[in-house]
Amino acid sequence: MQELEHILNDALEQFSAITQAAELEQVKARYLGKDGSLTGLLKGLGKLSAEERPAAGARINQVKQQLEAALQARRDALQQQALQAKLAAEALDVTLPGRGPGVGGLHPVTRTLERIETLFHSIGYAVAEGPEIENDFYNFTALNIPEDHPARAMHDTFYIDEQHVLRTHTSPIQIRYMQAHMEKYRHLDVMPDIRIIAPGRVYRVDSDATHSPMFHQVEGLWIGERVSFADLKGVVADFLKNFFETGDMQVRFRPSFFPFTEPSAEIDMSWKGGWLEIGGCGMVHPNVLRHVGVDSEKYTGFAFGMGVERLAMLRYGVGDLRLFFENDLQFLKQFA
Amino acid sequence: MKFSESWLRTLVDTSLSSEELSHLLTMAGLEVEDMTPVAPPFEKIVVAQVLTKDKHPDADRLNLLTVDIGQGEPLSIVCGAQNVAVGMKAPCALVGAKLPGADGAKPFEIKQAKVRGIASFGMMCSDKELGLAAESDGLLELPADAPVGQNIRDYLNLDDHLLTLKLTPNRCDCLSLNGIAREVSALTGTAMKPVAAPAFALEGDRSLAVTVSEAAACPRYAGRVVAGVNAQAVTPAWMVQRLERSGLRSISALVDVTNYVLLELGQPLHAFDLGKLNGSLDVRFARAGEQIRLLNEQTVELQPDMLVVADAQAPVALAGVMGGADSAVDDATTNIFLESAFFAPRVIVGKSRRLGFGSDSSYRFERGVDFAATRVALDRATQLILDICGGRAGVVTEALGELPARHPVTLRVQRVQRVLGVAIDADEIAQMLSRLGMVAERNGEEFSVTPPSYRFDIAIEEDLIEEVARAHGYERIPAATPQATMSMLARTEVQRPLAALREALVLRDYQETINYAFVEAGWERDLCGNERAVVLQNPIASQMSVMRSSLLGGLLAALRTNLARKQPRVRLFEAGGCFAAAGEGYVQHERVAGVCYGLALPEQWGAAARNVDFYDVKGDVEALFAPHVAEFVAEVHPASHPGRSARILLDGQAVGWIGELHPQWQQQYDLPQAVVWFEVEQAALQQSAVPKAAGVSRFPPVRRDLAVVVAENVTVQSLLDSMRNARATSVVEVALFDVYRGNGVEQGKKSLAFRVLLQDTEKTLNEMEIDQSMASLVAVLQEQGAQLRV
Repeated sequence: MQELEHILNDALEQFSAITQAAELEQVKARYLGKDGSLTGLLKGLGKLSAEERPAAGARINQVKQQLEAALQARRDALQQQALQAKLAAEALDVTLPGRGPGVGGLHPVTRTLERIETLFHSIGYAVAEGPEIENDFYNFTALNIPEDHPARAMHDTFYIDEQHVLRTHTSPIQIRYMQAHMEKYRHLDVMPDIRIIAPGRVYRVDSDATHSPMFHQVEGLWIGERVSFADLKGVVADFLKNFFETGDMQVRFRPSFFPFTEPSAEIDMSWKGGWLEIGGCGMVHPNVLRHVGVDSEKYTGFAFGMGVERLAMLRYGVGDLRLFFENDLQFLKQFA
Repeated sequence: MKFSESWLRTLVDTSLSSEELSHLLTMAGLEVEDMTPVAPPFEKIVVAQVLTKDKHPDADRLNLLTVDIGQGEPLSIVCGAQNVAVGMKAPCALVGAKLPGADGAKPFEIKQAKVRGIASFGMMCSDKELGLAAESDGLLELPADAPVGQNIRDYLNLDDHLLTLKLTPNRCDCLSLNGIAREVSALTGTAMKPVAAPAFALEGDRSLAVTVSEAAACPRYAGRVVAGVNAQAVTPAWMVQRLERSGLRSISALVDVTNYVLLELGQPLHAFDLGKLNGSLDVRFARAGEQIRLLNEQTVELQPDMLVVADAQAPVALAGVMGGADSAVDDATTNIFLESAFFAPRVIVGKSRRLGFGSDSSYRFERGVDFAATRVALDRATQLILDICGGRAGVVTEALGELPARHPVTLRVQRVQRVLGVAIDADEIAQMLSRLGMVAERNGEEFSVTPPSYRFDIAIEEDLIEEVARAHGYERIPAATPQATMSMLARTEVQRPLAALREALVLRDYQETINYAFVEAGWERDLCGNERAVVLQNPIASQMSVMRSSLLGGLLAALRTNLARKQPRVRLFEAGGCFAAAGEGYVQHERVAGVCYGLALPEQWGAAARNVDFYDVKGDVEALFAPHVAEFVAEVHPASHPGRSARILLDGQAVGWIGELHPQWQQQYDLPQAVVWFEVEQAALQQSAVPKAAGVSRFPPVRRDLAVVVAENVTVQSLLDSMRNARATSVVEVALFDVYRGNGVEQGKKSLAFRVLLQDTEKTLNEMEIDQSMASLVAVLQEQGAQLRV
């Protein structure tokens, strides 16, 4: 049985020296194969006596199991090694840039408008729109600006023809919306409140560092049975504080004149130690309500308007209005 | 409206500081746009007189002066000014005086010093050195009667501010010092200080007959002759100063007086040279063919809606706007006819704008002038003329028609509270109205309010509510947290918001731009074949003269801007309106468009560099439409390469274009490489539907590939359409996955490979069923001349 010990030691030694899985199987055959040395010993059992045979058989089987276990362990180890080697070889430079297209960005005016819409949406304001080529009625007359009124000089108007202009403000949207609202709810004793903001492009004949012939306005309108100037102050101040995310912002209202509101006010906000004019507002003029068939005795309301580019300039620190319409990617990419 | 604070304070003696006064006006709606001191701070500068003048022994350009400063011994001063003379009066900075530094530099102190070896005990000053002027060419020469020794600040009234008001068009009552003082008085409760009442005898015996043919246009016309005036009299310094501080140059005493009263009382006046008038005056509308040369030397063709003051021969003034040059006063004038009138705002409005110039007079008349003060102003001006120019005042000729009515307006206390959202009671309101010069009859909780003649902006209750709010103070109205009935805003699921489209484009590497809606007429012609663009009557520039009918022009311009700034790869989009005439009016199409230029992908290590092409952009457009599938039909567009242009259809409706820019325009617009562009109606891209779930098959799909060879002119779309229309059983998807030309495929033909997915919801398909379906697809392909490739 010394031979058995020898075979075992010899096999274990060989197994551990092997580095290739295929080689391992070849070496396995040497011991456990048809002509393998261990197989040979098993075959030789027959030559032993019946007394000797069981013990010798058990011993051989024990060695065979040991060999198989060692073989499996070595097999696993080699597989593990191979896997490790493969993984190591497959490692990437994860810092290489990702593949594929880039990402664009929104225009800062759009970004600002979306922010404004979101804020007003949160207190129940819908968004209304209207045409940019307006007729005289919607842009002026319905807004209490009759022909030859000095207030028309305040609006440097682009004319298309005698009856049509490029809208000078987004107020015509309010008129159109109120008309549609009245049409829809005329049959009711009390019509639902009108709460909208009207954003859009507007046009004035003016072009320098602080004026663009095309710019964006956003106007707000709330008409209801109990809407007061105090509410106007509340909503506008709430908006400015939230838009600029500064809780301690001071907002000031001072008397002004617009044909479509009475009383009217300019909106000033505290900015860098002073006051900055940020928009106009007021209680909707009864003549305007009358033009769209709203009973001005029963309903009151307010309207306000602000320049979107101006809000964007203050919010994002843009120094020159003209940058918004040059569309230089170096500028636009800053707002992506 | 520009004026000096000190003048205002002569009319209302308020204890407010300058800053408080400015705040008061601003918060009352008379916005103080600017308030600047007349002079920078300095002290110890007095009126001095030069007693002697000798040359400096060691400096040619310097003089040694002895100067009387009104106290003690005369001072020895070295002076370099060239205009210095014995007897001259000028400001003198004493030792210890602090002079303003030039251009905002620190003030510097005058010290006793030796100038080229000679002691100097002060400095004679120019107006530049006092900070009163930007440039000067010598000492500030003071009038001979300037009191020696007086502080120069007092003598020149330098502790004063220049205020500029930005007045809204409704507050014409504040276009005068008197009006502003009246407002200050109303807001503070301080009494006004009346201007000395005119006191002159009617010594003149001359008058001029006036008829007013258009009484409705000129409800009040008053005038008088002042005879024997000295037109060359010198305007007193105080008046010159007040005019200058209001931005008016002194012209001559007669003109200065009319300007002065205009500023003081807000009443435009005009002085005619009586000697240049022919016969009596008439206020009438201009007649056809009449013209007038105005004071500003402009000759105007008069139109029949222009009101004129005419003598027996011709118009002598454009009423309420400007006098005529031929009847103007000059140095030789001895007799004048002084006019003070009330012209109706609606008659004056717009006329000067139409003529291309404005005047202080028309500015006021078109807004409204106090018709109760016509004679007051006439007398005030008469008094000043008599004081300054001498002469004899004649009786007033006056034509009086129907003056504007001031109807009582009802004001309800409850309405005030409801509109303003603040509790102001009837007693407070009564007090405010009274201070504002309104006649208010109170009847319990209601007032009947008659506005004064100088207010043209009080017609309805809301106008009075604004007055109450102003008097109460806008700042004192609380900011309320609004209360409203809560109901959700409708939000439809069948329309994608525009924001989602924008976001989709941003994620596909497009940068949003915003371009002007007015463009060059050439872009419309070249790129859109549009010869009938909507034209602006008054464009701001010729390259912005027509309204765009496509977003493409603006995007190409933005592309060029960025190429000029060395951007190698540009992908832009815009969402906005396009315009076209439609019948009597105009239509606006909301579209979204994009342009792509340069590499398909940003230059990178992991993908081969190649330029963007039609199919890259088509992929973007298809993604925008998803889940809807748009159809692309070859069609020529003026902007595009004729072989690389397609109309985009959705459900058979034309909704847009895609194409590669025509090489001709590419060259014309200096674009080194090809541009691929698209433009689609927003509404088509926003269409959406509420999803409707269907069952999911548990049986695996089977894939079969189908390769065919067809002629080049057979479109893939036509093959796909016919296979879909074949309605082959269990075919759930047919898609192209390969196009091949070259070896093994005949010239003029292409090999196309389609992937066909078959699936049944009930069972696993057997080979026979699959083969049947495939055969029906092959059959329709063969109808189009396709040969099966094996």
